[in-house]
Amino acid sequence: MSELTKLSLTGALDGLDKGDFSAVELTQAFVDTIEASNDALNAYVVKTPEQALAMAAESDTRRAAGKAGRLDGAPLGVKDLYCTKGVRTTACSNILGEFTPTYESTVTQNLWDQGAVMLGKLNMDEFAMGSSNETSRFGPPSNPWRRGSSNATLTSGGSSGGSATAVASDLCLAATASDTGGSIRQPAAFTGTVGIKPTYGRASRYGMVAFASSLDQAGPIAKTVSDAALLTEIMCSHDEKDSTSLNVETPDWLGEVGNGVKGMKIGVPKEYRIDGMPQEIEDLWQTGISWLKEMGAEIVDVSLPHTKYALPAYYIVAPAEASSNLARYDGMRYGARVDGDGLTGTYEGTRADGFGDEVQRRLMIGTYVLSSGYYDAYYLRAQKVRTRILQDFEQVFTEVDALLTPTCPSAAFAYGEKTDDPVQMYLNDIFTVTANLAGLPGISVPAGVDNDGLPLGLQVIGKALDEATCFRVAGALEDAAGFVAKPDKWW
Amino acid sequence: MSERPTYTLKGDTGDWEIVLGLEVHAQVSSNAKLFSGASTKFGAEPNQNVSLVDAAMPGMLPVINEFCVEQAVRTGLGLNAQINKVSRFDRKNYFYPDLPQGYQISQFEHPIVGEGVIEVDVEPSHGDPAYAFPVRIERLHLEQDAGKSIHDMDPGATYVDLNRSGVALMEIVSKPDIRTPLEAAAYVKKLKSIVVALGTCDGDMEKGNLRADVNVSVCKPGAYEKFRENDDFGELGTRCEIKNMNSFRFIQAAIEFEARRQIEILENGGSVDQETRLYDPDKGETRSMRSKEDAHDYRYFPDPDLLPLEIDDAFIEGIRVNLPELPDQKRARFESEYGLSRYDAGVLTSDAESATFYETVAKGRDPKLAANWVTQELFGYLNKAELDLSETPVTAVQLGGLIDLISDEVISGKIAKDVFQRMIDGEGDPADIVEKHGLKQVTDTGAIEAIIDEVIAANPEQAAAVKEKPKSMGWFVGQVMKASGGKANPQAVNKILREKLGL
Repeated sequence: MSELTKLSLTGALDGLDKGDFSAVELTQAFVDTIEASNDALNAYVVKTPEQALAMAAESDTRRAAGKAGRLDGAPLGVKDLYCTKGVRTTACSNILGEFTPTYESTVTQNLWDQGAVMLGKLNMDEFAMGSSNETSRFGPPSNPWRRGSSNATLTSGGSSGGSATAVASDLCLAATASDTGGSIRQPAAFTGTVGIKPTYGRASRYGMVAFASSLDQAGPIAKTVSDAALLTEIMCSHDEKDSTSLNVETPDWLGEVGNGVKGMKIGVPKEYRIDGMPQEIEDLWQTGISWLKEMGAEIVDVSLPHTKYALPAYYIVAPAEASSNLARYDGMRYGARVDGDGLTGTYEGTRADGFGDEVQRRLMIGTYVLSSGYYDAYYLRAQKVRTRILQDFEQVFTEVDALLTPTCPSAAFAYGEKTDDPVQMYLNDIFTVTANLAGLPGISVPAGVDNDGLPLGLQVIGKALDEATCFRVAGALEDAAGFVAKPDKWW
Repeated sequence: MSERPTYTLKGDTGDWEIVLGLEVHAQVSSNAKLFSGASTKFGAEPNQNVSLVDAAMPGMLPVINEFCVEQAVRTGLGLNAQINKVSRFDRKNYFYPDLPQGYQISQFEHPIVGEGVIEVDVEPSHGDPAYAFPVRIERLHLEQDAGKSIHDMDPGATYVDLNRSGVALMEIVSKPDIRTPLEAAAYVKKLKSIVVALGTCDGDMEKGNLRADVNVSVCKPGAYEKFRENDDFGELGTRCEIKNMNSFRFIQAAIEFEARRQIEILENGGSVDQETRLYDPDKGETRSMRSKEDAHDYRYFPDPDLLPLEIDDAFIEGIRVNLPELPDQKRARFESEYGLSRYDAGVLTSDAESATFYETVAKGRDPKLAANWVTQELFGYLNKAELDLSETPVTAVQLGGLIDLISDEVISGKIAKDVFQRMIDGEGDPADIVEKHGLKQVTDTGAIEAIIDEVIAANPEQAAAVKEKPKSMGWFVGQVMKASGGKANPQAVNKILREKLGL
């Protein structure tokens, strides 16, 4: 039955609806595949096969009674950032020990309310801090894609590396992920999958382990634009438990996919053409531009002049918020604790032992930029830059409906290639952080492969709350690209 | 109302003055906490009133309790202060086990309430008459309380109770407009009377629901006046902050000690270190808690989990129109409606219970007589017996009955005091007491005449002498009253005595 795992989310839901197979059969196929593949791929850090099969059985009963929800019987993976009731949740950090929530995040609850089945918790960078998933306490997942010329294991990106690996290697129909500076879109681009970060506030942050509150946003990684649209619809909701949640209706995005781009104005921002960017990325971008033109869109050259300040501003704001958000991990109430000399010794032991190097680096940066005497020079200035970046976008969106950019400046890289230089690693986020700083929706679509046969993604950035246009453009690019390449199974 | 006196402390190098600014923390009366739905009920078992948000579990987010916002606005209106339609919550970051989030959510830069002013009444003291003075309010902001660390249950461990964690507090900051220990206590009393009248804080200082931090500095005469002209804090001395006092007595004692301490340092050529100090009521002294050097860097920044707090005019006006009568308004009404002195009106309106008690007593009766009986006799007794008005053995209805007996000339004012004592002793209604003990005033002139005749007949020499020295008639009055068992109507006695003695 392993063919079942190759289905798209919408395809599998169709099959369930038609009675081609049951939710239990479908789930069993995934449970078996995970069992066979996860040791090699390290996508799941917690597997919940019994719970999955029990949920699937209930789903079959519901479907038989004509009470199926919109995701009924669909086996999904959940990024370890989402608190899941009764299932260990650690954000892949040692400091959370064996923490098992007594509560469910709003986003995952929305999935279960529509009948989805949970296969387990997916690998990620510790507290979502990273672009290669190498900071996970459980070690990184492997990208199912390899360079044609080499057997080196590549990163599937980060921080949602586990989600991307699982979707790309058919270990789930689709997965939840989260994006603070590109953590959905970059892994999607590295694995030939689709990932969208909705408008800030579309999805509730309740029950998501916080990294940077003003930037964190939930979204899916999926196999197709339609799958992503459907899952985003379910994940998003207004939630009174999150004060930054937007009180807006969630539109029918699935219905937008396929509506085409005829008559749309698509902006191409010149600042996204950076020094040292591989020719393949530039070529892919030009190809994307031609496709959209051919399909009747008008291409407009635009400028987002403050783009170059986005990455520095991001690496001030995100660590600043993180330094405060992660203060609660003090060994006093839950998670790991290392007893030391007195209170200070216990704090120091617990946090030195519990947090990995990258997290500690960002906590120190964040503490520094908020400290008295430096606040104005760093945090306040970064927030001003943020306002400028938003104004840049608002300005161009008076002229165009959406923007087209590459998702990342490179294809997937091998483990260790960038680990030694944090700044090289941070540069991965250069095209994605702007959407987080401005709170805008951004989607990555696989659009081609590089010379090594590795997938590359194009990004569509939309106006606030205009995910609909993102899905339309992404759907058009998906059609044009006809991206059907699959990694050769080596695992 | 008297002038505000100048308060000076004598030092070896001359006179010194005190400058005081207070930060009062008032727990918001609300069933739920500031950012979580957990209960605020006092006296629960440890860690029972704790939600996932209060315990700072992963992924938990604060959601503002609108009622607490309403309470803060209500208090701001009661302080005659500006209500800020946009305010913001910031995080104050520091590590402590009773602070689960690792930060306190407070309002640092943009408080919900801005500047205001209140009139503070100072009781007569040490021969100084009562007076009133204004205190400018700098701001009021909302913030979370921390939990409680209990260090004395186990020598090797600290226990943490998070029941208070996340409870809403209002921090009310005054300008440095307070100049004596007595004024500081009076200011806190006034704040307390306002928040209690508004129902925004229960004012229970024993439970710590109202507590004060006092900033104390000393300066030479004249410096403060300059400060008030140019608003330059450099004119004033270096201040120390005495934290967390929850009794009027401690506040005064702590200020007195602290001012003396600072004067001594300065007069010995030293300088005062800006620091946080604690008052030890057992030793009657303040001691250093932490110096400016080890002050935390709180790394304040806007809480990204919360949007700016925006309220509109309709919200504010909705609260304003439903404000209860405030102590100052009530006092003004007592002055005009009942003709009371400002001081008596102030005493009777210092809390709602006294005011209600008085109004029950005064209803349909002589308001000044009622005021005298309530403030002098009843409050005098309660003070001496260290009882609260809620514990009074004499009800307002009973006291009203007593005043009726006086006004109806059933008993004299003097007898009334005896009756009052019997009421305190639990003998019941005044009319019954008068009846039972036969204390009814004798107004029958025949009976009085008979007594007077007897007294004059028994004292012929004095009767002759009084004609020369009319002022000594008082002696006869006393004799007659004594003979009547105090029951003779004093006016009638006077009148008949004059006739009989030919005065």
